[in-house]
Amino acid sequence: MQVKKTGCRLEVNGEVAECLVSPMTTLCEALRYELRLTGTKQGCDKGDCGACTVLIDGAPHLACLTLALTAQGRSIQTVEGLARGAEAHPLQDAFDRFGAAQCGFCTPGILMSAAALLEANPAPTRAEIQEALGGNLCRCTGYTKILDAIEDAARALDRRREAAAAALS
Amino acid sequence: MMTRAPHVEGAPRSPLHLPALHESAWLHASGEAVYVDDLPTPPGTLVGYVVASPVARGRITRLEVAAARALPGVACVLTAADIPGINDISPFSHDEPLLAVDEVFCVGQSVAVIFADSAARCREAAKAVVLEIEALPAILTLDEAIARQSWIGQPHTMRRGDVAAAFAASPVQIEGEVRTGGQDHFYLESHCALAYPQEAGSYLVLSSTQHPSEVQAKCAEVLGIDRHRVTVETRRMGGGFGGKETQGAYFAAMAALGARATRKPCKIWLNRDQDMTQTGKRHPFMSRYRAGFAADGELRSFEVDIYADGGWSADLTTAILDRALFHLDNAYFIPNLRFTGRACRTHLVSNTAFRGFGGPQGMAVIEEAMNTAAERLGMDYAAIRARNYYGESPRDRTPYDQEVKAAHNRLRRITDQLLRDADYDARKADIDAFNAQSPLVKRGLGFQPVKFGISFTNSVLNQAGAFVLIYADGSVQLNHGGTEMGQGLNTKMLAICAHELGVRLDQIRHMPTATDKVPNTSATAASSGSDLNGMAVLAACQTLRERLAPVAAGLLKVEPGAALTFCDGQVFPEGEPARAVSFAQVATAAYLQQISLAATGFYRTPDIGYDHAAGRGKPFHYYAYGAALTEVEVNALTGEHRVTRVDILHDVGDSLVPTIDVGQVEGGYIQGLGWLTREELVWSPQGVLRTHSPDTYKIPAYGDAPRDFRVQLLQGAPQPDVVHGSKAVGEPPFMLALGVLAALRHAIGAWCPGQPVRLGVPATPEAVLRAVEDARARG
Ligand code: FES
Ligand code: FES
Repeated sequence: MQVKKTGCRLEVNGEVAECLVSPMTTLCEALRYELRLTGTKQGCDKGDCGACTVLIDGAPHLACLTLALTAQGRSIQTVEGLARGAEAHPLQDAFDRFGAAQCGFCTPGILMSAAALLEANPAPTRAEIQEALGGNLCRCTGYTKILDAIEDAARALDRRREAAAAALS
Repeated sequence: MMTRAPHVEGAPRSPLHLPALHESAWLHASGEAVYVDDLPTPPGTLVGYVVASPVARGRITRLEVAAARALPGVACVLTAADIPGINDISPFSHDEPLLAVDEVFCVGQSVAVIFADSAARCREAAKAVVLEIEALPAILTLDEAIARQSWIGQPHTMRRGDVAAAFAASPVQIEGEVRTGGQDHFYLESHCALAYPQEAGSYLVLSSTQHPSEVQAKCAEVLGIDRHRVTVETRRMGGGFGGKETQGAYFAAMAALGARATRKPCKIWLNRDQDMTQTGKRHPFMSRYRAGFAADGELRSFEVDIYADGGWSADLTTAILDRALFHLDNAYFIPNLRFTGRACRTHLVSNTAFRGFGGPQGMAVIEEAMNTAAERLGMDYAAIRARNYYGESPRDRTPYDQEVKAAHNRLRRITDQLLRDADYDARKADIDAFNAQSPLVKRGLGFQPVKFGISFTNSVLNQAGAFVLIYADGSVQLNHGGTEMGQGLNTKMLAICAHELGVRLDQIRHMPTATDKVPNTSATAASSGSDLNGMAVLAACQTLRERLAPVAAGLLKVEPGAALTFCDGQVFPEGEPARAVSFAQVATAAYLQQISLAATGFYRTPDIGYDHAAGRGKPFHYYAYGAALTEVEVNALTGEHRVTRVDILHDVGDSLVPTIDVGQVEGGYIQGLGWLTREELVWSPQGVLRTHSPDTYKIPAYGDAPRDFRVQLLQGAPQPDVVHGSKAVGEPPFMLALGVLAALRHAIGAWCPGQPVRLGVPATPEAVLRAVEDARARG
């Protein structure tokens, strides 16, 4: 079975990139193997672990269940685009400080789910965090430090917003 | 709660014993951390696919691969006939072909391996492989294996005293059966290996493995070449937990075979279904026991026949069975005993190492006896355990006659402190009051002590090497034989290296583990990674410091033998930091003086050994201790239960890096909780794994993290003869989770006061519901 490859234009982390994919190539595969953005992990390839979570137009999606071609024309954000230049995203900073990653394989996906959550709900309760991250498995940490880190990042983002507001007024 | 070295503000400091970020923290959070499948591969790299047996046991009557080979994009389809060397992938028992020959022994056993230019083409080719198997009768349960005497290896027995007489004389006699299930490792990074052909018949293999040296040895054997032609490198794993101790060798050897056949780089990555169906898991165990207790709860006699389901090949099963036997006592002195263990061969995947390595399965038996005795006697779950702790001579001898040194036995101290800090008595009274007025929801509190033996029980494995290089600019490369799987080993090794050389952490680069840097290493397993490799790193750094000291003395213009401090990237005469020269200056001067700036270090654990036939010896260098108090809430209508609070006090000696150790304790406990309450492997009557993906196999999720989780490390408890007073931490906390069973029984027992609770493991909601209904029917 010879499958024809077609060009695919993806906007990832604010930059447009082109690659050749087959109709069945997933966004996860295109990111990892064509665009060499390997921060997005493949933990199961069937939508069950959350390691491949990326943001598409700001909402979390499983890249292993998304066909690359269907992601054209939309804005994709991966873990590589989370930091602002040299400045870590408060989530990344909190994950480091809290020891929320051990092997780190689940981390990019969890960060992306958490980033989407904090965007939509700046002050989530612990239960809301658990709910939003329900699809992101971690086998190493036992989750407590992940939850602590996300709560801390929410507070840091809040302070950042307050400081920005104060600077304006 | 963090241990802090005494520190004068502004003075140079060593990172040892201080909280620290994981060495790869930023790489993890930025997505930069590289795992095998993330490495850029040259164009033309082939991907592999394993053709696995769909039948549990049978004779291969037809295996034809010509049609598959002829498909476009397919580079090769390899079978046993294509193996130039030895077709065996077992760690030592020579009973495990890499690719099946004539017969298959489990569903998922590898029969052929395909390499093609894409995964899609591999799948097409797999469909074109003609594989016909005549099914033969298979043994698919432990009970069947026992009935048919399908054994692996010899029985292992330990004895002491007169167990029959002691049992007969015991006022409380308990007989029972304990079954614990398997567990999939579910490391988030599934198995992956990438092999590059190099010049002169050599290979570079990048493998997600806990055991690069064994992967090297197995690749060389399979290829029929010497080990020096194979270099295996492991930067990090996305989790291991034992599942990458022996299992990685399969996929690495297949990739190497592909690289040999095609002269192209070959990669194998397993998706989750393949990983779960093709690789080994935790051993299910079944035990029958008789325990005799005195009226005050003293354990007088304990007799156990314990059986491990090894699956189709030996792998590490006999060693795992040994460790189960070594932990049938857990923390308790047993005056009269007989333990016999047998490993069984079935036609399921070959079970393998998993955190605890048989220890949890052994402990589960005596904990069941303790729980039952407490319920029969109306005794407190914690009190009956403390009643039986090891103590002064003669109550300080294990079933295998190793001394549990009373001076180093921290369990009483841990128990007293934990029960006091966690407010045990008051909370227990509150829970009993709550249970008395709550008909459908009950709460329970379970106390669990753990004593866990540290060392590989195959004593020869207790050795490690390191290789430290200093460059003339004062920067350092650190190599050792251990592997990083998330447990923080490299972070600890960096702290030791920085401390010993007196350099800043940012002056050291931690190198990937590689067989061309440190040869003949043991697996990073048995919780021993930091004990063994830490000593080796320390030895290498001390050698280097001895070479550097005279050079530094020259620069500082002090007597050659004068006391110098190496710290934080500076070297100065003791007590005079103002006179410091930089470590870089010293390194440069040493280079100019033609002094070697590379050194190896080596360590072997002294004075251990075990006589298997006699069932006696000193298999362990020391014991790790800890205790947990688990509180649960159980719903009688659904059997649903949740852990509401956990208090842990764990002994890691003088922690090398306390933040890393706390992470190990938390993660280990939750993984144990998963094994005991959620994770259930289900096989079809034909031996096909039904729970082969996370939609059916449930590892703990966020909701399983206790609402209130308080982890403390025991303070002021340095361990003698271990690197910088520390202790191993990887496995012991896993067993702290056994306390959830006592907690559930406490809750369920409120429906049947004075009678034993009958609760199966894993204590899933269904199992708890059965236990509740059984209790309510009797209560
Ligand atoms: S890889 Fe996409 S959910 Fe697991
Ligand atoms: S840190 Fe290893 S899976 Fe989450």
